[in-house]
Amino acid sequence: MVTPNAHTDTVNAPTQNEEIPKPKIKSVEADSHASSNDALWVRAIVGLGAPVASFLSALGDYALFCKEIFYWLPKRPFRIGLVLEQMSNIGFGSLFIVVLTGLFTGLVIGIQSLVGFERFGAEALVGPATVVALARELGPVFTGLMVSGRSGSGMATELGTMKVSEQIDAMASLAVNPIQYLVVPRLIASIIMMPLLASIFTGAGFIGSYLVVVVKAGTDPGIFLSETFYWADPVDFIEGYMKALVFGFLIATFSCYRGYYASGGARGVGQASTEAVVFSSVSVFISSYCVTEILQPILHNIGFDALPL
Amino acid sequence: MSDKVQNSKGLMIDVRDLRKSFGEREILKGLNVQVERGETLVLLGGSGMGKSVFMKHLIGLLKPSSGEVFIDGEEISNMNESELKRVRAKFGMVFQNAALFDSMSNYENVAFPLREHRKDMSRTQIDAKVRHLFQMFSLDAEVHGQQFPSELSGGQRKRVGLARAVALDPMIVLYDEPTTGLDPITTDQVDEMIIEAKAQLQVTSVVISHDIASAFKIADKIAFIYYGEIVAFGGPHDMLDSSHPFVKQYFSTWREKNA
Repeated sequence: MVTPNAHTDTVNAPTQNEEIPKPKIKSVEADSHASSNDALWVRAIVGLGAPVASFLSALGDYALFCKEIFYWLPKRPFRIGLVLEQMSNIGFGSLFIVVLTGLFTGLVIGIQSLVGFERFGAEALVGPATVVALARELGPVFTGLMVSGRSGSGMATELGTMKVSEQIDAMASLAVNPIQYLVVPRLIASIIMMPLLASIFTGAGFIGSYLVVVVKAGTDPGIFLSETFYWADPVDFIEGYMKALVFGFLIATFSCYRGYYASGGARGVGQASTEAVVFSSVSVFISSYCVTEILQPILHNIGFDALPL
Repeated sequence: MSDKVQNSKGLMIDVRDLRKSFGEREILKGLNVQVERGETLVLLGGSGMGKSVFMKHLIGLLKPSSGEVFIDGEEISNMNESELKRVRAKFGMVFQNAALFDSMSNYENVAFPLREHRKDMSRTQIDAKVRHLFQMFSLDAEVHGQQFPSELSGGQRKRVGLARAVALDPMIVLYDEPTTGLDPITTDQVDEMIIEAKAQLQVTSVVISHDIASAFKIADKIAFIYYGEIVAFGGPHDMLDSSHPFVKQYFSTWREKNA
């Protein structure tokens, strides 16, 4: 008896609250428009509310998907072979574009830093500035974008195709959990390979900046290297690796989530693939800021931070 | 119908007053279905009438809103996932488009459930079993086994799908619209395949279909689902005597076509 009463109370409460602002708005607007304002008010709530509600429900589904992944992550059998296959797919497969984009990023950062640093006569600091920028931010973020575009869309397409052609249901019907068989290996591989790829990006970028600053602009190589090794700090790399790890998690889970719940044939798979790339890329930028804010005080407090930045 | 059945011993599948609603919509409105060991049940009915939803209740993928589902004498609708896993091992499922894993060869598709679940079997034992399954469904392990699912015809793909479904010796095989979209000759082959599987493996079969000709050929019992209710249930020839207007219409349309 208690629960139905409590329930009706909670149902009544919000309706009363909602009715309060309504007269206020009516009194602000002209009286003659009151009825059409009402409709607008309702339409505005529906118009703004529907996408918010669907976004929140998708977020909830994503959270449940992640919970499912964590449930299956420590369960036997561990599928080492599948993890290695995905590592090769994500890591080795992305190697060429990561080296290429890293090299060109380094080249252009070298030129631009040189332009800036020349203005106050600090050309010697181009090396450390490039390494700090690459290791902390550009390496993980650009690698994240490359892997989103290449592996993220690949994961969403592959899982999406398996979904719409009932292969995922077939796997479940054979008492093999599809999350454990398909998603967990991709997540593990992505988390392992992202920091490695990010450091390769940083390395390629450093070579690029060396080429443009030392070989092309004629800065003394001794100064360039010694300043770099003096100023660059392990903490720069630790922060970058942590970010890459987070990106690896986000890219794999977003992309697998989109693929796993794809529906509607070829068109649905295409949409899943597009959304996987968009969401992964956007999440890379947003989480990059968040991780930086969270990590910097921590890394500073434990005394790694020797850089006066 | 369910009043006659006091216990489900001897019955492979016993569904009693099964109801299922999604939100406001009631999809299944009190179904009663009994299938004995080794029988073939065909679920007939138009699309969107609840055939697939019913089938998902049999393997515990959906929980009933009310009612009971007995599989091999066990009530499954209140089971947890690990108990359900054990029950699902009794099922083999053949999908509409076979749903073969297209990243694997046909041989690997059939070997997949064995490699996953039969840790007691050695490589050579698994190989022998896979070859036996290929042979049972008149496929060549050397030729078709090395090919990929995309290289097979529709009928061959269905046979590989069935071989994969029965690899773990299930007691019940579920077929989801096995003949939909196939030409008459292939349809006939798939019907033969279902009959053969029943004869050789003594499995209980549940076939979702809207193909009356196939149903008459393969069924021991037919259940006709119309908007979540079973409006006719019995042997194939009981269907022809049904007084339900939709069933009559369904069969008369079919008879006119084949006259």
